[in-house]
Amino acid sequence: MLTIKNLHAEIEGKKILNGINLQINAGEVHAIMGPNGGGKSTLAHVLAGREGYEVTEGSVTYMGKDLLGLSVDERAREGIFQAFQYPIEIPGVSTANFLKHTINAVRKHQQKKELSAKEMIAFIKKMAKMVEMEDDFLSRSLNQGFSGGEKKRNEILQMAVLEPKLAVLDETDSGLDIDALKIVANGVNQLRRKDNAFIVITHYQRLLDYIIPDFVHVLYNGQIVKSGDKNLALKLEEKGYDWIKEEALAII
Amino acid sequence: MSKEASTTTLEDYTKCDYKYGFTSNIDTELIPKGLNEDIIRLISSKKDEPQWLLDWRLKAFRHWEKMTEPKWPNVKYPPINYQDIIYYAAPKKKNILNSLDEADPELLKTFEKLGISIGEQKRLTGVAVDIVIDSVSVITTFKEALSKLGIIFCSFGDAVKEHPELVKKYMGMVVPSTDNFYAALNSAVFTDGSFCFIPKGVRCPMELSTYFRINAEGSGQFERTLIVAEAGSYVSYLEGCTAPMRDENQLHAAVVELIALDDAQIKYSTIQNWYPGDKDGKGGIYNFVTKRGLCAGVRSKISWTQVETGSAITWKYPSCILKGDYSTGEFYSVAVTNNLQQADTGTKMWHIGKNTSSTIISKGISAGRSNNSYRGLVKVGKNAENAKNFSQCDSLLMGDKCGANTFPYLEIDNETAQIEHEATTSKVGEDQLYYCMQRGLKQEDAINLIVNGYCKDVFKELPMEFAVEAQKLLAVSLEGSVG
Ligand SMILES: Nc1ncnc2c1ncn2[C@@H]1O[C@H](COP(=O)(O)OP(=O)(O)O)[C@@H](O)[C@H]1O
Ligand SMILES: [Mg+2]
Repeated sequence: MLTIKNLHAEIEGKKILNGINLQINAGEVHAIMGPNGGGKSTLAHVLAGREGYEVTEGSVTYMGKDLLGLSVDERAREGIFQAFQYPIEIPGVSTANFLKHTINAVRKHQQKKELSAKEMIAFIKKMAKMVEMEDDFLSRSLNQGFSGGEKKRNEILQMAVLEPKLAVLDETDSGLDIDALKIVANGVNQLRRKDNAFIVITHYQRLLDYIIPDFVHVLYNGQIVKSGDKNLALKLEEKGYDWIKEEALAII
Repeated sequence: MSKEASTTTLEDYTKCDYKYGFTSNIDTELIPKGLNEDIIRLISSKKDEPQWLLDWRLKAFRHWEKMTEPKWPNVKYPPINYQDIIYYAAPKKKNILNSLDEADPELLKTFEKLGISIGEQKRLTGVAVDIVIDSVSVITTFKEALSKLGIIFCSFGDAVKEHPELVKKYMGMVVPSTDNFYAALNSAVFTDGSFCFIPKGVRCPMELSTYFRINAEGSGQFERTLIVAEAGSYVSYLEGCTAPMRDENQLHAAVVELIALDDAQIKYSTIQNWYPGDKDGKGGIYNFVTKRGLCAGVRSKISWTQVETGSAITWKYPSCILKGDYSTGEFYSVAVTNNLQQADTGTKMWHIGKNTSSTIISKGISAGRSNNSYRGLVKVGKNAENAKNFSQCDSLLMGDKCGANTFPYLEIDNETAQIEHEATTSKVGEDQLYYCMQRGLKQEDAINLIVNGYCKDVFKELPMEFAVEAQKLLAVSLEGSVG
């Protein structure tokens, strides 16, 4: 589904990603861990196509297409979803209205059946229930006055209604209490299918108790310095990141 | 997304034309350019006016001659030559029409292009329309149905003929003919407009609407609107305006007066879409308008809602004089400027009676190289015990070449007043745009969604039909504004 080859990227002339290689197939969940400042969010933004993140080398192929040649919104309509580390507030635009517009945009592009107003409401409500969001959230301005946990659940709700092929979750677990964490994880698990894939960026192993990853990668200094299965996450939890850093330095 | 690619598409996108920029081939009667007492006498005689009205005009003119244009607005334009304007232009076909079939076919075509179907469609939606082209009212619908309720809705000219006592009593009561430079000019040369009278206890069952259109070249438009709501009555009034695209600047100097007696309520909504000029600032309407409402009676209420997207220059402060005890004034405004447009708009809330309250919600949006100023005065008189005002003035900037200013003035002469003022200036955030686009919205759709959200508190005050129109208009006005 996604092939990242030797990806280099910089922000304002500062090199952040230094040759990332990653292969993701449909049906897989990849966890990306690593110390703060390692480049995890940058990778998420580069995949989503955010302006200001300049790719200087390498390639990204998504569903057989050159992903880097597409604009942000084209990528989104092609099924790439980014759950934000810091979701944005949009005053005056109700969550329901926002969802309606985005659902229509994505479905139309993917030539899926258009939803009638009634179907739309039913669909949104069903998904809201899955992330345990009360209906009155839907009529409130998008993310405005939402608590941290509510914002993150709203991200999962958006993911659920947009039915992406590849979802990149950027620290969706940080700042969540255990109940909220379970809701988020449960949402992701319910959406796991044979034909979609997830990149779960996280700082903490505990999320991976609930979302069991197929692969775990450590991103450090803009490179994937170690990959393994879910046991790697446990080891990181136990031993911290220092041994990885040392290993990485030894290689250089 | 590469920057170059996005700029090119946006540039294409800007090339969208002003939709109402056509000129109609209506046979028009014009008088010579220029302004003097003879011209005023000529206008008055063309309109078959009584002597008192001519005297009124002449008094205004003599006063105007001694006045100078206000210089305090935050707008710039070359001096206007008031002798180079045609002060009377009227569609030739006489405006006493019994049915639409009698109207000039060109006129009907114009209506069609403007999206006004005065026939069945409006009948179904229940909006009574008065249409003013080049200062002359050409058609008023639903007159009869309304008159059964005692409601008078007609052109100003007809009102002078048929209800002179009402016109004489109320005209100039709120905006005296000497009030300000443009109001005095209007009082001297106004050619027509709308008149509306809602008798005691009557709730007007439909929206009343006036559609203003400047068509003739080299002419100015000077219309007057007068709305009187007697005790316990209610009316919702809508005003729309468009003009052809011309290289020259045309002057529009209107006067609107509202009078609400005891327990009466007037809701006045405007969608102002005069031609704004082209991308380089060539042409466009100078919109210098005086709008004022008098809450004369106890518990009376006047609400102004305006969506200002057009005009090269807007100078306009719909205001409320809260004279009756417990009266309420409201002002809800969205003012959009793009390209080289300039707007200096806001309101004045003058608390005179006891326990009066006012609300001001102003949303300015500046794009391109435009300049958008909010100017508001809240004045609380000595005897206005317990006056309350809430003001919220927000400015939204799109890009970094535009300007936004807020000039809130307070004159408080009574200690019991409770005044609350909030102001914000924000940019359409790159992060908001990115967020929307990451969810699959195209850039222009993302901008529309964000801006509509920003304007929501004002749009929700508009009658349903108008709210939809306002949203569309906003989308058109802001096309190509972020790059
Ligand atoms: N907008 C930016 N401008 C400059 N440097 C940035 C910007 N965003 C992130 N960085 C830098 O890029 C590096 C990687 O950041 P990030 O991708 O957010 O890491 P992580 O998500 O792994 O914590 C950090 O050194 C950070 O300071
Ligand atoms: Mg991060």
